[in-house]
Amino acid sequence: MDLILLVLAGIFVNNYVLSQFLGICPFLGVSKKVETATGMGVAVIFVITLACAATYLVYNFILVPLDITYLYNIAFILVIAALVQFVEMFLKKSSPSLYQALGVFLPLITTNCAVLGVAVVNMQNEYNFIWSVLNGIGSAAGFALAIILFAGIRERIEFNDTPKAFDGFPMALVTAGIMSIAFLGFSGLIKL
Amino acid sequence: MEIMNIVYPILSIGGLGVVLGGALGYAGKLFAVEEDPKLGEVLEALPGANCGGCGFPGCGGCAAAIVAGTAPVTACPVGGAAVAEKIGSIMGVEASSAEPMAAFVKCKGTCEVAKEKYTYFGLDDCVMAMQLAGAGAKSCSYGCLGLGSCKKACGFGAIEIIDGVAVVDKEKCVACGKCVSTCPKHIIEMLPAKKKVKVECSSKDNGKGVMAVCSAGCIGCKICEKNCPFDAVHVVDNLAVIDYEKCKSCGICANKCPKGVITGKKPAPPKAEAKPNAENAKKEEPKKEEAKSE
Repeated sequence: MDLILLVLAGIFVNNYVLSQFLGICPFLGVSKKVETATGMGVAVIFVITLACAATYLVYNFILVPLDITYLYNIAFILVIAALVQFVEMFLKKSSPSLYQALGVFLPLITTNCAVLGVAVVNMQNEYNFIWSVLNGIGSAAGFALAIILFAGIRERIEFNDTPKAFDGFPMALVTAGIMSIAFLGFSGLIKL
Repeated sequence: MEIMNIVYPILSIGGLGVVLGGALGYAGKLFAVEEDPKLGEVLEALPGANCGGCGFPGCGGCAAAIVAGTAPVTACPVGGAAVAEKIGSIMGVEASSAEPMAAFVKCKGTCEVAKEKYTYFGLDDCVMAMQLAGAGAKSCSYGCLGLGSCKKACGFGAIEIIDGVAVVDKEKCVACGKCVSTCPKHIIEMLPAKKKVKVECSSKDNGKGVMAVCSAGCIGCKICEKNCPFDAVHVVDNLAVIDYEKCKSCGICANKCPKGVITGKKPAPPKAEAKPNAENAKKEEPKKEEAKSE
């Protein structure tokens, strides 16, 4: 039961983009079309899940025994970057169609702070392996949900008659703010 | 113990980096996707302008299609014969059939010869002028408006507006086809660059209609059709059309044309030079002699 709550909390309550303001860059950058936003969302789910597992192992079996946990940032970035590279190679070989669909979003995820953020949160909350991975899945799904919803809204706003000064990115930022306020409604619903 | 505070981080993080780097290097070999080496070579041979003239998304798309065999080695219209030859040698195919094309404006209704319906004071853009009543100021509804939309579309500076009619510089034209798709009158066509004989009119009006609006238009008199020794010219819908499969660029039709609408006149005796502009289209008798004289 707790595990289900954990995933739901990741998606709605602790939404990384709209509640914790992590991963804003791809959220704004790759959200002009629902199609590309979906690609980004799926890629992020994929990478965060793997990254959570990998960073958990690195943290608990290398950093903790050596008592050098203060190096977690560097170690995590190293692991995540290598992982993204590896995933890219693997996809290119095994599933060219998925590789084409994800395209440039895969390498972009390397610099997505939501990935690092989830890993750090896992570490700080001292989740065990299963919890870490599930928290990763939930958070990444939250990111995907946010970016797809946002892209849908932006697609519609595109056709609207916005004031000249608000055209384009200002409107996107206002939209993101309002979405964030809407997601605030979930806060406190789930307590872990 | 103090020294270990330095050694452990270096060893662990450094080791992590080395291990991950090694793993990535190994994975790179393990998961190496076999790309056709021809792809890189073909891409190298293409101009790299990414103009899209071939109909593929950029030179990369064109190269992929050529290597895949879905596009001919002559697919790049910009590179022309030289590039086709290079790609042909990469692909092991003869590229002999590559005929360089060039855009050609099928209108010679310059300011002097073509009438105007009204004076146009709008934007210098053919597409805009087409929105107005009568689709532009030129009396001939097929004629070049001369406002230069094609000139703006041309990325190679190959089109100039001379006397109110667009003229393509064959030397500069790379046959990308941008002007063809831009022209709202649809009077620009890709024709073999080497062929000298081209019909410089697009009017499908009958002879009388053409005469009323332009003194340099094809009136559909069929003189060219009758005089062509190769059966290459035919009048379709009151307009001479040249079949370039058959045309040998002999220039007889050009010399015979009473309106001088067909380009590629042969330097013939002075008589023949003067005659094509003769007003009467139906009289063929005096011109048969010229044919013999050639």
